Amino acid sequence: MSENREIEVMQSVYDKNDEVASQINKSLTKRGIYAVNVMGSPGAGKTSTLIQIIKRLDGITPYVIEGDIESDFDTKTLLSLGVKTIQINTGGACHLDSPLIGKAVDDLNLEKGILFIENIGNLVCPAEFMIGEHAKMLISTVTEGSDKPYKYPLAFEKADIIILNKCDLLPYVDFDENFFLEGVRALNKTAPVIKVSCKTGEGFDEVMLWITEKAKK
Amino acid sequence: MHEYPITKRIIEISQEHANKYNAKEVKQINLVVGDYSGYVASSIELYFGIIAEGTLCENAKLNIKRVKPMLKCNECGILFERKPFSFECPSCGGQGSPTKIGHEFFIESIEI
Repeated sequence: MSENREIEVMQSVYDKNDEVASQINKSLTKRGIYAVNVMGSPGAGKTSTLIQIIKRLDGITPYVIEGDIESDFDTKTLLSLGVKTIQINTGGACHLDSPLIGKAVDDLNLEKGILFIENIGNLVCPAEFMIGEHAKMLISTVTEGSDKPYKYPLAFEKADIIILNKCDLLPYVDFDENFFLEGVRALNKTAPVIKVSCKTGEGFDEVMLWITEKAKK
Repeated sequence: MHEYPITKRIIEISQEHANKYNAKEVKQINLVVGDYSGYVASSIELYFGIIAEGTLCENAKLNIKRVKPMLKCNECGILFERKPFSFECPSCGGQGSPTKIGHEFFIESIEI
């Protein structure tokens, strides 16, 4: 057997996904769309957060792409509120990738506004894949516990904004806020951490300031 | 599950490069996988055998170099491995920040 000949490749295996993501991002920017990749574990309140934000989006058109393994509950809820929403069912896959988003973006017929892409409920894989977004919004909750930044560092490292939901339950759960924030700050120096409650609506004015400021640029 | 499409992509990239050199087969793929890349080396190996069948990579050895994630101390600048539930530098007690080390996921080279 002849000796092996080594050929340098040095090529990222993510290349295809990233290439498509960057095309989507460019095309959205051109159409005046600011895209937000919404990440968080199952039950963190991703859809409830979107509803709170959308209610306050004065004069800005919202669009939503709902990612779920199965079902269209969230899409029905949003459609009933008059929000242009499209459902993606991954049928088992744990995250959305850019080819899936590319197709949904074409179907939605977008014009100037904010596109929220609600990723699959999962704190691991969604953080690894760019899907054409301008910003990553991470939703964490006081009921999940304060150790989450330490257990799922990548999601916290990559987030552009961190929303801490269910703060109305703080008196009832053992959430160590300092421990949580120390973990977040070690991983991410810049993302604002905003305490909210989807139940009471507290904190969302601050979220709105952040998002409208970003979308304007 | 999520390693399947990515393993397919590894085989595609390897074949594209092998074809450029008119190679009849790929004997080895040297892959670098960081522990924070989100991909499990053993799952890639599992899928590789199935997907590579009938391709130039059919008999290729998959050589996976794993990279441990490193933090960089904000105070003294050394690189260190994180301990669970802590970002503290083992040398000076300062806080560490994430680096790119450990996020790698690329094909370094192929052998034909």
